[in-house]
Formats: sequence, C-alpha cells, structure tokens
Amino acid sequence: MNAAQHDSKLRLIFDLMYTFFKMGLFTFGGGYAMLPLLQREVVERKGWATEEQLLDYYAIGQSTPGIIAVNTATFVGYFQAGFLGGIMATIGLVLPSIIIILLIATILRQFTDAAVLQHAFGGIRVAVSALVTFSVYRLAKAGIADRLALVWAVVCFAAIAFFKVSALWVVLASFLLGNLVQWGRERRA
Amino acid sequence: MSTYLLVILEFFKTGLFAIGGGLATIPFLREMAERYPWFSLEDLLDMIAVSESTPGPMGINMATYAGYNAGGILGGVIATLSLITPSIFVIVIIASFMKRFKESVVIQRGFYLLRAATAGLIAGAVFDVVVLSLFNVDVYRASRRLLDFFNWPALLMFALLVFLIRKFPKVHPIAFIGASAVMGVVFKL
Repeated sequence: MNAAQHDSKLRLIFDLMYTFFKMGLFTFGGGYAMLPLLQREVVERKGWATEEQLLDYYAIGQSTPGIIAVNTATFVGYFQAGFLGGIMATIGLVLPSIIIILLIATILRQFTDAAVLQHAFGGIRVAVSALVTFSVYRLAKAGIADRLALVWAVVCFAAIAFFKVSALWVVLASFLLGNLVQWGRERRA
Repeated sequence: MSTYLLVILEFFKTGLFAIGGGLATIPFLREMAERYPWFSLEDLLDMIAVSESTPGPMGINMATYAGYNAGGILGGVIATLSLITPSIFVIVIIASFMKRFKESVVIQRGFYLLRAATAGLIAGAVFDVVVLSLFNVDVYRASRRLLDFFNWPALLMFALLVFLIRKFPKVHPIAFIGASAVMGVVFKL
C-alpha cells in the first residue's frame, strides 16, 4: 500500500467512525428506529451499501448475538475498510451512548434522595412497565409461529420468572429444540 | 474476583447470548441484579427508562448504565466494550461467508423456537418488577387486606398507557415516559 492509498484508507475509517457517531447521537431507541437514518446516510449519501444489503445486515443482525445497530455498524465498516473499519464504525456508534449515559448517571446519583425525583421515577416505572408489556406483545405476535411455539414461549417465561433458570440455557435450549422439532417435521413431510 | 473482571465476563456473556437486540439483554441484566450488589430490580426499570429516553441504541445505553452502577465511569466504559466485542467477532466471521449463513438450515430451524423464546424470556425477566410497580406487595403482606394489594393510581395509569401506546404507535416512548414522570410527581407514586 502506498502513502496515498494509506491516507485515503485512514480518511475512510475516520469517516465511518464519524458517520456512525452521528447515528448514535441522533437516534433514540436503536434497532428499527435507526433504519431511516441508516438508509439516508449509508445508502443514499455515502453509497456504502445498497438498500437490499442494508436489509440483509439487519436481518442477520437480528439473528446473531448482540445489539442490532452494533451488528449493522460492524457489517458496513468491515465491508468498506476491513477489520479495523468494522471496529471503528462500531466504536463511533457507541461513543455518544457512553458519554451521555455516564453524564446522566453521575448527575442522577447526586439527587437520588430528592422526593420529587423519587415520585417521578415512580411514575416512570409504570410507563416502562406499559412500554415493555407492549413490546413483548408485539414480539410474541411476530415471533410465535404456531401452538408449539406458544407453549415454548410460556415455558421460557416460567423458567425465567419462577424457576430462575439462566437466560443462557433458555437460548441454547431453544436453538437445539427448534432444530430438532423442525428436522422431525421435515422428515415427516 | 475484582468487580471489573466480573463486569467484563458478565457483559461478554450478555453480548454473546442476547439474541434479538437491546431488549434481549434485559434477562441477563436481571440476573446481574440478583447475583451482584450492583443494582436492584427497581434500578433496572429506571435504567430502562433512561436508556429509552436518551440517544443511542437502548442495549448499549443499558450496558453503560449497568456498568456505571457496578464500577463507576470505568465500569460503564468496559461494560459497553465487553458487550460489543462478541458481536464484532461474530459479524466479521459471518461477513466472510454471508450467503451460506443466510441460507443455513440450522439457523432457520433454530429460530423457529428462538423467536418465541425471546418474547417469553423478556416477559419473564420483567414480570416481578412490573408486579412491584403495579401492586403493593409489601403493604398487602402486612395487612392481608385484598384491597391494599392494588396500587390503584399505578394500575389506572398502566391501563391508560397501554391503551395510548396501542392507539398511537408512532409516538416516541420518551413522550410517555416524560408524561408519566409528571404524573408520578402529581400523584406521589
């Protein structure tokens, strides 16, 4: 690699990091909330991926370990500028979160005893309960394919809520059992 | 074992086994709340609220917050870096044989139950925190009067919120969280 190529690669990596930093800074919620911004920045403005590629990254990001937005950033960065590109795009994405959350957490800790804050969080907990309940409902509607899957979802719920089974075992068991059941069904068909 | 080492291990594990994005990290955070003195189950709801109301992917925000509670600013930084490390490696590996992964039968079969499990897992992880925020479990244990069991203002608010969230899915969660904070102060929740 000559000096000029080296220079342009460095610039590309910096651009990746900066672009994903902006995305981390301007989206709330991650996951699908980030898709419109990714389409504008990564597909339309930078041309780092096509629309179809981006949706592929998303689909794979959902079915692989970790945060979907992180997985997408790693994909784009890796395909543009290799391993280092993947790492730097991802670091850029999470940097705003780290800075903002640490600031807020430090400030909140100073006021934990304030009565107003206590009541405010009392209300906020109800809102989070409602939001999470609704998210679970949507996940269940989209993710439960048939009656057996419904039974399995209930089993997983009970395992976590009442029997304190580690989520790790539930994930592994789901993967293995899913393979077993589907394999059996395909053989019978 | 030093706290930092535990933070690294726990968040690496979360990054490796939380499949399906930010919400999927909640069961793992819950396990940390039970196993370590880092944060309580109620803190977990507050962390979810702050993470949904600030920029950046929710899973990253929650990891930074949880890490901060465990080990201060350094704890927040290493928790987040540990969470994204498995993702980066997994995605880089997948990127090199992308087509085969997308068409892999094993992955598709596994996801038949994994998708169902995700809903059950998250519901199980938040179940008793939601119960705590909507019902006066402690007051009821002391008085044994059924009417004491219900936290009426919280339950009414919960019902109203679920209705509104269903009716207006486009409204950002931050609006519901902000309104509920005000209600919490007004009704001294």
